[in-house]
Amino acid sequence: MASVSVPTDRRGGLLRRPSATSGFWSWFTTVDHKKIGILYGITAFAFFLIGGGEALLIRVQLARPDQDFLNAAVYNEMFTMHGITMVFLVVMPLSAAFFNYFLPLMIGARDVAFPRLNAFSYWAFLFGGLFVYSSWFLGGAPNGGWFGYAPNSVVDPTRGMTFYAIGLLITGIASTVSAFNLAVTVINMRAPGMTLFRMPVFVWMGLVVQLLLAFSLPVITIGLVELLFDRQFGTRFFDPASGGDPVLWQHLFWLFGHPEVYILILPAMGIVSEILPVFARKPLFGYQFVVFSGIAIGFIGFGVWAHHMFAVGLGPAANTAFAVSTMIIAIPTGVKIFNWLGTLWKGDIRFATPMLFSIGFIAMFIIGGLSGVTHAVVPSDYQQTDTYYIVAHFHYVLFGGAIFGLFAGTYYWWPKVFGRLLNERAGKVHFWLMLIGFNMTFGPMHVLGLQGMPRRIQSYPDSLGLTFWNTVASIGAFIIAVSILVFLVAAIASFRKPKEMEADPWDARTLEWATSSPPPEFNFEEIPVVHSIDDLWHQKYAETEGGRVVPVAAGGSGEAAAASHDGDAPGHGIHLPGPSYYPLVASLGLPLIGYGLIFGVGFAVVGVVVLLAGFFGWILEPSAE
Amino acid sequence: MLQCAGLRCPPEATQGETGKVRRRTLLVLGSMALAVVLAACAPNATQSALEPAGPYAEKAHNLFVPVFWVAVAIFVLVEGLLVIFLVRYRHRPARAGIPPQVHGNTRLEIAWTILPTLILAGVAVPTVATIWDLAAEPQGDVLEVNVLGHQWWWEFDYPEQQIITANVLHIPTGRPVSLTLCAAGLGYEQPAPSQCQPGPPEGLPPAGIGDSVIHSFWVPALAGTQDVVPGQTNMLTIQADEPGTYPGQCKEFCGLSHKDMRVLVVAHTPEDFAAWVAGQQEPAPVPEAGGDVAAGFDVFLEHRDDGSCTDCHALRGVEGPEDVPLLANGGPDLTHFASRDCFAGCSFATNEENLRRWLDDPPAMKPGSWMPEYDLTDEEIDQLVAFLMSLE
Repeated sequence: MASVSVPTDRRGGLLRRPSATSGFWSWFTTVDHKKIGILYGITAFAFFLIGGGEALLIRVQLARPDQDFLNAAVYNEMFTMHGITMVFLVVMPLSAAFFNYFLPLMIGARDVAFPRLNAFSYWAFLFGGLFVYSSWFLGGAPNGGWFGYAPNSVVDPTRGMTFYAIGLLITGIASTVSAFNLAVTVINMRAPGMTLFRMPVFVWMGLVVQLLLAFSLPVITIGLVELLFDRQFGTRFFDPASGGDPVLWQHLFWLFGHPEVYILILPAMGIVSEILPVFARKPLFGYQFVVFSGIAIGFIGFGVWAHHMFAVGLGPAANTAFAVSTMIIAIPTGVKIFNWLGTLWKGDIRFATPMLFSIGFIAMFIIGGLSGVTHAVVPSDYQQTDTYYIVAHFHYVLFGGAIFGLFAGTYYWWPKVFGRLLNERAGKVHFWLMLIGFNMTFGPMHVLGLQGMPRRIQSYPDSLGLTFWNTVASIGAFIIAVSILVFLVAAIASFRKPKEMEADPWDARTLEWATSSPPPEFNFEEIPVVHSIDDLWHQKYAETEGGRVVPVAAGGSGEAAAASHDGDAPGHGIHLPGPSYYPLVASLGLPLIGYGLIFGVGFAVVGVVVLLAGFFGWILEPSAE
Repeated sequence: MLQCAGLRCPPEATQGETGKVRRRTLLVLGSMALAVVLAACAPNATQSALEPAGPYAEKAHNLFVPVFWVAVAIFVLVEGLLVIFLVRYRHRPARAGIPPQVHGNTRLEIAWTILPTLILAGVAVPTVATIWDLAAEPQGDVLEVNVLGHQWWWEFDYPEQQIITANVLHIPTGRPVSLTLCAAGLGYEQPAPSQCQPGPPEGLPPAGIGDSVIHSFWVPALAGTQDVVPGQTNMLTIQADEPGTYPGQCKEFCGLSHKDMRVLVVAHTPEDFAAWVAGQQEPAPVPEAGGDVAAGFDVFLEHRDDGSCTDCHALRGVEGPEDVPLLANGGPDLTHFASRDCFAGCSFATNEENLRRWLDDPPAMKPGSWMPEYDLTDEEIDQLVAFLMSLE
């Protein structure tokens, strides 16, 4: 606290040190976890609109039998890009947005452990995403499915799957860096008194997700490098004629891919575990159980990957083992659902929009969870694997689950982030349209799959009797699109209101609501001292022996944040890292190296120079001046 | 505070909403239930996994049905609890203050950990038993067929009967058919090894056209799917109880024309099957001189610089210009082409009109088709169609 920031104009290495912390250009140099969180959120939402547009094109193509609205080549690119976009460029970074913004606030820290590295993660993610999307203009988008099964992904003559391999390597760098950054933040930077078991469940899930990322990304990295080498440099990792093995790719992909599923869903589970107690006005039922079941899911998540491969021919012993492990992972998942129900039990439930989305999450996730258990019944999965039944299942988990949960978080934390409330009426319209559209789109896919519609087919003949439900699903997809438009309009409209949100509009329980909305750059005037789980709640309300609640006398410490506006120069003397160009510069080198691997070594040389220049400037620049 | 922010709203505002919320919740749940009912009476699906037609498909189905109903019961129970809690414990202005702060109940939580465990154990036992049951080698009078997955069509080789055919798989009823599944075609450059095919005859290059990629053989009425993996030999047993036709489709994404890789299984009574085998064992009928059929035969045998029909396609019992027997080299054996109900990955009915379109421009019908466009004249196409349709 003693150090005082002294502005200087000393040149830090190659570039003049940026100093602006507001205004358009400050977004390019910011190392503030909150601004980076907003950047993640906006970028991921833009990709969500693009990925959703791809989904609509797919549904137009499949609305009627024997159509050629998208030809086979474009259709294959479309479903591949839809999958890559939604997994790697939407749900992962949207979760990263919430983690970035709220993990430090919820543990009472001023920023993440490595602020510039955090900026680097964001820029690497953005450039990785743009790199993959540039493939549309540079010889064709990836067309081998998000799962990229070899040898098809290797022998395909277009450049798409090379873009896939390199693009995912770049976003993988972004995610790995961010995973370590956030894990270190949670482990090392908690406020005094914030023991591990006083951490909000969202922080716990954040920690579990970062560890899952740290352990699973290396596996896909190996797979992607092998794919890239097979495609570009003549290696034969997946070619049986030369002693390679196509199934090796599947093991590598799913040993990453299944933990990835939990990387996508645990953040939403964390969000819902925060929202339910606030709007039911009761603490989370069985905090320890929820936390431990999250950890258990994280561990067991590494032992179930081959349930994606029951039909590959691994043999009955392997199929038995993975059937059992898959059933076991359903147990901690079920525990969470019962604990959420327990939270609602005897509550005082208010149906504000964040609560509606959380309830939608639970209701839809139950369906996805139950259909998931049917996959573990291996002989029955022989029928359902690679059909629309699977498409239905994972959309119930990742859309009905993750996306509903992330929207719940969006409505919940919007006032904290932007100092304004999203329109409640629009929020309710959004919720109901999305719930109806979602069930119309993906509910019938269960039936389609059971009635014999395989995945990833560009069209189907009318004779298969699949037309009716496909038409219903396509109509549903457009209802979802309308609901997203409602959200978009409400989001834009919210900025026309004055920025006058109070610190704690929901009467919430966790520390991020103890500071102003939006929080000052330094988060907390004074680092809070934590005395219990749900610390903010206990500052506001005292609990008697029997669980009865009485408000703490006015002037309790909950009002401290609001009081920070009087007095002069809030935040004076707080030491914060300065903005920097170098994370942006360094990450710019990554896509250049990628283009070099495709279009000639010249680009790669420039890319390496840019990357090293960025790192050198970064090293030579003090974290703050 | 300028806006009404949720919890601190005047009570009237949220109260009016909750009533509506409840009605709407019931409406949504009702329409979902209706959707499930409607699903049961969906129009005739011809490739459905819900109508097993043989013991191997039934084993899977007999597991799916009880698990489905257990899942439905849990669904009703849990979603029901959710709805009841939402209605019962919704905010009411009459209720004063904050509800008691219940932090959990260890006994209850242990109970709802153990209960799902028991249910899952109940599901696991028959699951594991059926896994091993289906993996067992079929016993008794078994018909052996080698199945080769090409990009994008299925080839069927009956080693004992010495029959090679494509797209349509004929089987006898009441008898297990053991399928040996291999991927065919080129690896990265050279042909991928395959245990479904004997090596090429002396002096001939190994068969290979198209890429050797992963496919999945799936005829839902007769059995669950089994992947066809390059470099690996997988087994699948199918069986049909009643004569009939059972459509299926490649299930694993295999490239550009994945959707066109279909299959039709025709099950005959044992007598009809024997007759079919006898018919297929006949050599290809060689046409008499004169007429379109003979002219088409000549076009078929003709050497063309941009590739001849005989480079890839076989006619059993027929010798080429240099007395070399015509062997299939990557393309379907055409010996009894006209006896098959469908061609080109079984996506098109075998008739003159489709065949004419196909010979004119194969990739236009089946994107990425490894049979290219040969710039045949209309006359040549007519003659070839006449010849191919004569190959009964």
